[in-house]
Amino acid sequence: MKKLINSPESVLADALRGIEAAHPDQRVDHENRVIYRATPKEHGTVALVSGGGSGHEPLHGGFVGFGMLDAACAGEVFTSPTPDQMQAATKEVDRGAGVLHIVKNYTGDVMNFEMAAELAAMEASVDVKTVVVNDDVAVQDSLYTAGRRGVGLTVLLEKIVGAAAEQGRSLDEVVALAEKVNGDGRSMGMALTSCTVPAAGKPTFDLPDDQMEIGIGIHGEPGRQRVPLADASHVAEQLVEPILADLDFGGAPTIVMLNGMGGTPLIELYLMYGEVARILEKHGITIARNLVGNYITSLDMAGCSVTVLRADDEIVSLWDAPVETPGLRWGR
Amino acid sequence: MSTTISIDGFTAWLDAFRTRVTENKAYLTELDSAIGDADHGSNMARGMAAVMDKVGAAAPSTADELFKTVGMTLVTSVGGASGPLYGTFFLRFGMTAGSVSECDGPALAAALRAGLEGVVARGKAEANDKTMFDAMAPAIDALDSALASGASLADAVAAARDAAAAGRDATEPLVARKGRASYLGDRSAGHLDPGATSTAMLFDALAEVIAA
Repeated sequence: MKKLINSPESVLADALRGIEAAHPDQRVDHENRVIYRATPKEHGTVALVSGGGSGHEPLHGGFVGFGMLDAACAGEVFTSPTPDQMQAATKEVDRGAGVLHIVKNYTGDVMNFEMAAELAAMEASVDVKTVVVNDDVAVQDSLYTAGRRGVGLTVLLEKIVGAAAEQGRSLDEVVALAEKVNGDGRSMGMALTSCTVPAAGKPTFDLPDDQMEIGIGIHGEPGRQRVPLADASHVAEQLVEPILADLDFGGAPTIVMLNGMGGTPLIELYLMYGEVARILEKHGITIARNLVGNYITSLDMAGCSVTVLRADDEIVSLWDAPVETPGLRWGR
Repeated sequence: MSTTISIDGFTAWLDAFRTRVTENKAYLTELDSAIGDADHGSNMARGMAAVMDKVGAAAPSTADELFKTVGMTLVTSVGGASGPLYGTFFLRFGMTAGSVSECDGPALAAALRAGLEGVVARGKAEANDKTMFDAMAPAIDALDSALASGASLADAVAAARDAAAAGRDATEPLVARKGRASYLGDRSAGHLDPGATSTAMLFDALAEVIAA
């Protein structure tokens, strides 16, 4: 294992110190491992808390700031944070209008956030609502699994719902919007390589040079199937076709994210975006907005994911609303 | 042989469980790397070490205090899915056992049943989903029926231990329907479930302490 770390045990604590040093707009609670906005939002506005295992940066901490999250709870690499972290964050960011928990659909994350919501409601009478993001079309048999995983759509949802909360919408309105976004977006990912969790010291799985894994999650877990490596245009088809087969996008405009898994250079991500845009155009789907880059990663994994979100005028205008976070920044 | 289990007995149970998950840390993690995310052994060992530190420092005198400490410590130190599941188990166990300094067989069985119900409420698991439920539910059923037929506490807990081990072994051919293993589909068959394996250790520890 070759990594820029001091020790596998101190990766998270050391990284949080770096985040604090790099971003004066953020405040880090090192004991609870929570990243906050340095300047809390106005009283009477809904606050957004997310979190999850680390190793997906910039998700979630990089999306804490004006127009997106109010707090992000950081777990160990690929391990859910614990309810006490989430409860501390929830109490801290509540501005009297309630708190939305944005949770990716993984068993550990869901259970820990559930306990946190119960604790926060019991102890501090904070009105907590939860949206569970489950956009991963790679999981086909959701009846006999823990359900579809929460992946790329989480980034778009945090941006859009964050903008709505910033406008002063009520908790119920914010929840309804979050559910709408979750229902209208789908993602599919692929890996060229595995990734190496610092504490494990070796790649999570072996992937021969001539093979790729299609339908991966974001934790280095195996995907839907292992297939021979293909050229980019065919890889793009294998990502986009399952998305279009799963949700009818009709003639609606879309927001499309071509996301890197952490170990793929931007030139390849742009190349892939070109292929994805070509396929969507062929299906008569217009792209109103796009995002190309590393936004929800899997440590050093090489590969990418595609997220397509149906976007009406309201969604596009919330997307365009000002945002000022380390990960996304425009319009302000 | 005792007909009740005291606070010292409960503490010995927890310590015996800690010993088991610590000694089998690598084994549990190996089971988890086959079908999960390779952290069950290290998470449980870290969690139970934290539990014994907290319990040693707080020296609780009643079952509800003791198991509230245990549950909250697991919830806050384990993470993943095991933290909330085992944490909820012990929190509900303590709430049902109540503010007492010892439990007889029926009281112990009732507390264990409440813990199981907490696990089900948290994890939504059913029989044969290939989870800790598959070891825990048969163990508590066996305990109940042994007590109902007049068995001693030690014999009833031994029956629970055997049922938990059988339930653990029966998870091997199952296809997981809950947790991260469920994404593997058929590839999850042929492996013991790590959660059912640690749960069998919990009942093995209880049987050892009651027999002592």
